[in-house]
Amino acid sequence: MPSSDYDSACLPDLLPLYYRRLFPFSQYYRWLNYGGVQKNYFQNREFSFTLKDDIYVRYQSFSTQNELEKEMQKVNPYKIDIGAIYSHRPNQHNTVKSGTFQALEKELVFDIDMTDYDDVRSCCSAADICSKCWTLMTIAIRILDRALRDDFGFQHLLWVYSGRRGVHCWVCDEAARKLSVAARSAVAEYLSLIKGGEEMVKKVVLMDPIHPFIRESLNVVEHYFPRYALQDQDILGRKESVDKVLALVPEDILFTMHVEKMCSDGGHEGTAKKGQYFEKEIMLQYCYPRLDVNVSKGVNHLLKSPFSVHPKTGRISVPMDLKELDTFDPFAVPTISLICEELDRPRTGEEEEKSEEEKPEDVKEKENEKDTAERRKIRDFKRTSLAKYVKYFDQFLDGMAGSRKGDLLRKSDLQKEF
Amino acid sequence: MQFPSRRRKNNINPQTELYGHALQFYGQPPLENISLSEFETFAVDRLKLLKTIENLGVSYVKLSEQYAKKLETEFKNLNFPYRPDADDRKIQSGPSEYEKRRKDHISHFILRLAYCQTEDLRRWFIQQEVDLFRYRFNDLPPKHKLEFLHRNNLQYDTISVEEKKTLLDKLVNSSYAVSGITVEDQDFYKVPFQDALDLVRTRKVYLKAGYVYIPHQDIVTIVLNDFRTRLSKALALTARSLPAVHSDERLQPLLNHLSHAYVGQDYSIQKNVGKISLEQIDSLSGKSFPLCMRQLHQNLRESHHLRHGGRMQYGLFLKGIGLSLEQALQFWRSEFIRGKVDADKFDKAYAYGIRHMFGKEGKRADYTPYSCMKVILSNPPSQGDHHGCPFRHSDPELLKQKLQFYKVSPSGISQILELVKGMHYQLACQKYFELTHNIEEASFSLNHPNQYFIESQRVLGGGKDIKREMDTPQRSQDNAVAKGSGAAREAAANAPQGLAEMTEDLDSFFQDA
Repeated sequence: MPSSDYDSACLPDLLPLYYRRLFPFSQYYRWLNYGGVQKNYFQNREFSFTLKDDIYVRYQSFSTQNELEKEMQKVNPYKIDIGAIYSHRPNQHNTVKSGTFQALEKELVFDIDMTDYDDVRSCCSAADICSKCWTLMTIAIRILDRALRDDFGFQHLLWVYSGRRGVHCWVCDEAARKLSVAARSAVAEYLSLIKGGEEMVKKVVLMDPIHPFIRESLNVVEHYFPRYALQDQDILGRKESVDKVLALVPEDILFTMHVEKMCSDGGHEGTAKKGQYFEKEIMLQYCYPRLDVNVSKGVNHLLKSPFSVHPKTGRISVPMDLKELDTFDPFAVPTISLICEELDRPRTGEEEEKSEEEKPEDVKEKENEKDTAERRKIRDFKRTSLAKYVKYFDQFLDGMAGSRKGDLLRKSDLQKEF
Repeated sequence: MQFPSRRRKNNINPQTELYGHALQFYGQPPLENISLSEFETFAVDRLKLLKTIENLGVSYVKLSEQYAKKLETEFKNLNFPYRPDADDRKIQSGPSEYEKRRKDHISHFILRLAYCQTEDLRRWFIQQEVDLFRYRFNDLPPKHKLEFLHRNNLQYDTISVEEKKTLLDKLVNSSYAVSGITVEDQDFYKVPFQDALDLVRTRKVYLKAGYVYIPHQDIVTIVLNDFRTRLSKALALTARSLPAVHSDERLQPLLNHLSHAYVGQDYSIQKNVGKISLEQIDSLSGKSFPLCMRQLHQNLRESHHLRHGGRMQYGLFLKGIGLSLEQALQFWRSEFIRGKVDADKFDKAYAYGIRHMFGKEGKRADYTPYSCMKVILSNPPSQGDHHGCPFRHSDPELLKQKLQFYKVSPSGISQILELVKGMHYQLACQKYFELTHNIEEASFSLNHPNQYFIESQRVLGGGKDIKREMDTPQRSQDNAVAKGSGAAREAAANAPQGLAEMTEDLDSFFQDA
């Protein structure tokens, strides 16, 4: 699928168009308002904007969707980050007595960045990605999604493509939003298997018994490993990378293998107690997701917003439908230049809806205008490549609304018992 | 789906007999009167106990045999309750079990007063009290454990026999300690994961749909979590009533001294600002920096960049040795510019962080350089990082190579590696100090990178008297305060003298530790 050539110099022209006609404000508000169940939830949420020339402003907050829209259309941010829900309106934090302004709640988030895999991928490095190493993201998503749902019981997960080299996960369940720092850190550590910095060669060590979580994760890794590591990354293809792999094999196993090879004896068993899982350890070191625990730990941590634009690539941070995960192609994600261009294309076979019957009063006429403007906006992104992502986002929001309804019903049922 | 029912802990369940159980949650403060001298003795003894716990916790695996043995000795020496049953049979000289429990109770509450004031103090106090509690709870015979749980109303749901059967494999594979027999014999509790974070964090338990499945034998971690939360809340409350306590002149000096004693030097007050020039840093890094900082410095010079963890650890260390804010900005800037960062970007993205470290931004907290404890235990390095403690976080082979490169003798290297194997990271670093400075035995006990630097400079500067000058003025100051306030009191005539002696003892205790 072609993407219009994106040039970051065009951002100042494209962003106003994007925010005026394409950014899905009503869905966005619907998300962050969470059904209006908790008072001031939206009003106390922190946003931060990165403006032209790298000017960074924090503690932005808004009373209504309209206020948010107006401000974004006014300043045309290059990047938008979402922070926590605070005890007071963030834009008034300076007026609050010191120590009482606190971050109270936020979605549980995860950030998987391809750069963290540089020591185990040979096709790219740093901010580059390609179809060969993208599988790492697929593996990461499958493992984490399963664990967050099955092990932790979370239900409302929003996976978002970051726009360049990774993915984010927003866990939006109420229980998740209320987690403490310690709880977030515990969840992140439960999900971490890769331990060690630059100075550590062997980063995964498995011991008996193998926890069910590791088994499930291994299932996923083993499914993708042959194609990904042996074929695409070709880790056994060059001496240099073979050496890297061998560095992870325990010495006594290497010795045994060597001896057996000399004696032409087929088959070996990893008998050494400590290194008995070295094959699994190697697969995990090459494929298992690498999380930045610090991103997940902090309640006040700011993370890039869905539907934000990535200034370097022009790609929109779109929600990902996991039903189509295996065919997701980061290079097919629409760029801001593409969708702006699509706006200008003549509509094929679409019919203008007849406007509503005219209403006499001024007020109603104003409302009417607003309606058609809203409808035009809906139609606007509907005719761009952004449509399917907004549609999926809608489904996600419907799911959460359904849960809220279910909770309310159960609560009222309980009360009826008395 | 189950409702997140927060079970209310009935702490209002009054113990019908005071100190009926060796262990307690410290829910109710003591209500009796005690003498000032008892007040002081109790507090100091408990502080010694907690300090021992801290030190043992770094050198040994918690609850290992050596750990337990050493701790038990300390309990005996300081007269704290530890094994109720054993005591009852023997005829003992010295305090009775009741008296020991009373001491335990009162001393805990006194230390709350001293340690509730700042975030750091609270964190330290909670950590040691939790470790203490863990040791004592573990030590209880099973019958007493159950009794404790029931007294404190910890109720979680158990799972049915059918569910146990279905989950058998998963349960057995989730924990080293759980076998098929365990599952059959013991009750398994279903606990919301938020109440069992330690088990979740280390993946020592089966987790499904947000609940952990815990055998009765492991209920201790839940209890600990509970203890920690309660203590944390209690300390926050205590902090609010502190002004009233501080207005009592008899208590203020002691409480102040107690809270400073825990950390000794924290190198937060810069004593030598501007005495170090930037040109000296390269040579200093080879001569007087501990291995962790030397490594960070080298990586900074090589790649002209350090990630956040490294910037914090190294940046604060540099602040501690006396770099001023201006120097620091110049230092980092000139290095980063050699790399991929241009001057503009540095000013926008990194300068803020450095000023933040010096307390010039944000909440204006003047951050203290990290102690060894902090470096070893928190924020472990991951991909792309060079911070942490090399003795703890490096591959042993790589560590060996590095030491060889730094010209440590082969016998020295193997001594160091032995210590690392035994998880004595600070001792390993100390050995590194001894070998690189050509001295037999270090006269100090290493617990802070800046301490390493100061000691190194001292040795290289001609071996001045090891007694630290910083402590003497503080000691005499305390004496003066104690004597001054005591002069006016008739009731506690002995106290000022006792206090002075006691604080001297305390100081020397911590110096040797």
